[in-house]
Amino acid sequence: MGETASEPILQVRNLKVEFPGRRGVVTALSDVALDIRPGEILGVVGESGAGKSMTGLAIQGLLEYPGRIAEGEIRLGGRRIDNLDDRALEKIRGREIGAIFQDPLTSLNPLFTVGAQLEETIRQHLGLGKAEARERAVALLQDVGIPSPRERVDQYPHQFSGGMRQRVVIALALAASPKLIIADEPTTALDVSIQAQIISLLRKLCKEKQTAVMLVTHDMGVIAEAADRVAVMYAGRLIEIGPVEQVLRAPAHPYTRGLMASIPTLGARVERLNQIDGSMPRLDAIPPGCAFNPRCTSAGPRCTRERPELAPVGHGMSACWLNAGGIA
Amino acid sequence: MTTTKTKPALTVEHLVKTFDVSAPWLNRVMEGKPRQLLQAVNDISFAVPAGGCLSLVGESGCGKSTVARLVTGLHKSDSGEIRFAPGRSGAPLSAQMIFQDPYASLNPRWRVKNIIAEPLRELKLRKTAAEIGDRVEELLLTVGLSPSDGEKFPHEFSGGQRQRISIARALASEPEFLVCDEPTSALDVSVQAQVLNLMRRLQDEFGLTYLFISHDMSVVRHMSDRIAVMYLGRIVEEGDTETIFADPRHPYTQLLLQTIPNIEEPNRDRVVVPGEVPSPLKPPSGCTFHPRCPLATARCSAEVPAVRTLSSNTRVACHLVEDVPVPA
Repeated sequence: MGETASEPILQVRNLKVEFPGRRGVVTALSDVALDIRPGEILGVVGESGAGKSMTGLAIQGLLEYPGRIAEGEIRLGGRRIDNLDDRALEKIRGREIGAIFQDPLTSLNPLFTVGAQLEETIRQHLGLGKAEARERAVALLQDVGIPSPRERVDQYPHQFSGGMRQRVVIALALAASPKLIIADEPTTALDVSIQAQIISLLRKLCKEKQTAVMLVTHDMGVIAEAADRVAVMYAGRLIEIGPVEQVLRAPAHPYTRGLMASIPTLGARVERLNQIDGSMPRLDAIPPGCAFNPRCTSAGPRCTRERPELAPVGHGMSACWLNAGGIA
Repeated sequence: MTTTKTKPALTVEHLVKTFDVSAPWLNRVMEGKPRQLLQAVNDISFAVPAGGCLSLVGESGCGKSTVARLVTGLHKSDSGEIRFAPGRSGAPLSAQMIFQDPYASLNPRWRVKNIIAEPLRELKLRKTAAEIGDRVEELLLTVGLSPSDGEKFPHEFSGGQRQRISIARALASEPEFLVCDEPTSALDVSVQAQVLNLMRRLQDEFGLTYLFISHDMSVVRHMSDRIAVMYLGRIVEEGDTETIFADPRHPYTQLLLQTIPNIEEPNRDRVVVPGEVPSPLKPPSGCTFHPRCPLATARCSAEVPAVRTLSSNTRVACHLVEDVPVPA
C-alpha cells in the first residue's frame, strides 16, 4: 500500500444508504464524504436520527437488514471495503477497524473473563500463541490504565466499574492494533469525572499509536475536548465539516450556529437560551431544497428550491446557500 | 439551617433512606451472608426557596433521584422530615414530578389527551367531559403543542415534544411545586434548550418552585438559584449558584466544575482526576470523598466532617474548610 502519514486511512465518497420498506425506499444517508488521517480524531455530531451512528455502521459493514449501501464507496488504507462479502468483512472488523460502543456492559460477554475475551481477539487476528496472547492482554490492560492488570485479567466484566469496563472495551478495540477505531458515544453512559478520564485516554492512545478515530457523539463538550476535526450531520447529510476550532467558534452553517448557541455556557448567565424551533424532519419527509430550511432563520427562496452542496468555507466546508452564492 | 431571603417552599431535615439489598433469605442462611443495607440518602437537609429552583447535582449513585422520590412520596423515608409550606389554598403545596425518560413515562397505548386528563379525572378536578376537554386543550397550548395533538399517540412525537406532554400532565393538577428528575438528559441539545426555556417560562407564569435534578453542570447553572452537590448520599456543599461556580469550597465540587468540557476553550491537556465513585454498599470511612481527594489528611479518613455554614451562606462538609476561620 505504501501510504504516507498524511494520506487518509479512511476515505468515504458520496455514500448513500437506503432502507427499502413497504411504503417505498427511505434514504437514511446521502452524499456523505469524509476522510480520516492516521492519528486524527474526527468528531461526528448531530441530533438523534441525523445519521451519525448509521455512517459508523455502514463503514463497518454492520447495516441491519434491509439497509444497504446504494451508492458511493468506502476505502480503508486505499482498499475498497464497501463491496466485500461477510467473510472478508469479518477479517477486517477487529483487525483493521476497532469498535467502541456506548454501553460497556452490553459490549462485553458477561460469561467470559476479560482476559479470555482479549485473548480470543488477539489470537484470532494476530495468530499468536496462548502465552503470548495473554502477555499482550495484560500489556493492553496496562495501556488503558487498569491498575494491577495481572490480577484483573482473570476477572469477569461485572467485577469492573463502568469506567473500568469502558477501558476494557477500548483495550479490546485496540487488541489487534487496527488502523481505524469507530467510537460510538463512548462516554454517554459514564459520569462526568469518568468521561474526562476516558476522553483523555482515547486521545493519548490515538496519538501514540497513530490510529484514526471516528468519534460519534451528540455531546459538543466531548467534541471540543477530543476531536481534531468535526463533521456535523443533519437529516442524513453532512452539512458542515472542518477543523474543530473553526466549527465550534465560527460555525458557517446556520444549524451549527443554532446548535452552538443552544448550549448553556458557563460564561455569562442568560435569562433565555437560544433555541432552534421545531425538530429535525423524519427521514421519509425531508423537505425539498435544504433539509434545514423550515427551521432556519435566514432561509430564502432558493433554500426551498435547490439543495446546497458542500462548498469550501475557511479551512472547512459547509452546505448552505449563504456561503455559496446567496439565498435569493 | 439555611437562611434564605424568601420563605422556603420545601424544607427537608435530616432525611435518611436505607434500602435493604440483602441476598434472599435462603442464601443468607445457607451461605452465611449477612444482611446488606445501602444507605442511599444519609442525613440530608436543604430548603427550596419559594418560586425558586434548587438543583441537586452529583454522579450516578449519589442518591439524588432517591431524594426526588422521597420528596414526592414515591419512597417512604426512614427518618427525617419533609415539610411543604402552605400553598395558595392554605393546604401544603402540591408536588408533581417530571421524569427523565419521556419514552418510558408515557403510556404508549393512550391518546395524549387521555394521558393529560388522567390527573384531572383521578383527582376529580373537573366535572364534565367538556370541562376536561377544555382544560386539556389549554394545557397543550401552554406547553406549545396544538389542541389537535391530543388525538395522537405518544409514538407520533419526538423526544422534546414528549417531554412537553409530560410537563402538561404534571401541570394538570395545578401544582405549585415540580420535581424534575433529569428532564432533559434524554434530549438533544437544540431540543434541550426548547424544554429548558419552556420550564423557565412556566416558572414565571405560574410561580412554580422547582427541585431540579441533573448531572449536567451547565444546565444546572442555567436553571437554578441554589445548588446542592451530593456525594454518596450526603450533601457536601450547598449554596447560591453563582457563589458555588465562582468559589467552590469542597474539593469534590471543584473536581465536578473542572471536568466540565468548555466548548469555547477546550482544555485538551487537562490533568484528569483519577479514581471513581466508590460503591455505596461499602462507603469509605470518615469523609466518603477522602480516597479521591487530593487534599485528604489522616483526619479525613477517620472523622465524618460536620456541615459548616460559611459567611457566603454556603454550607460545606469538609475538614479543610472547617479550619478556615469564618469572618463575622
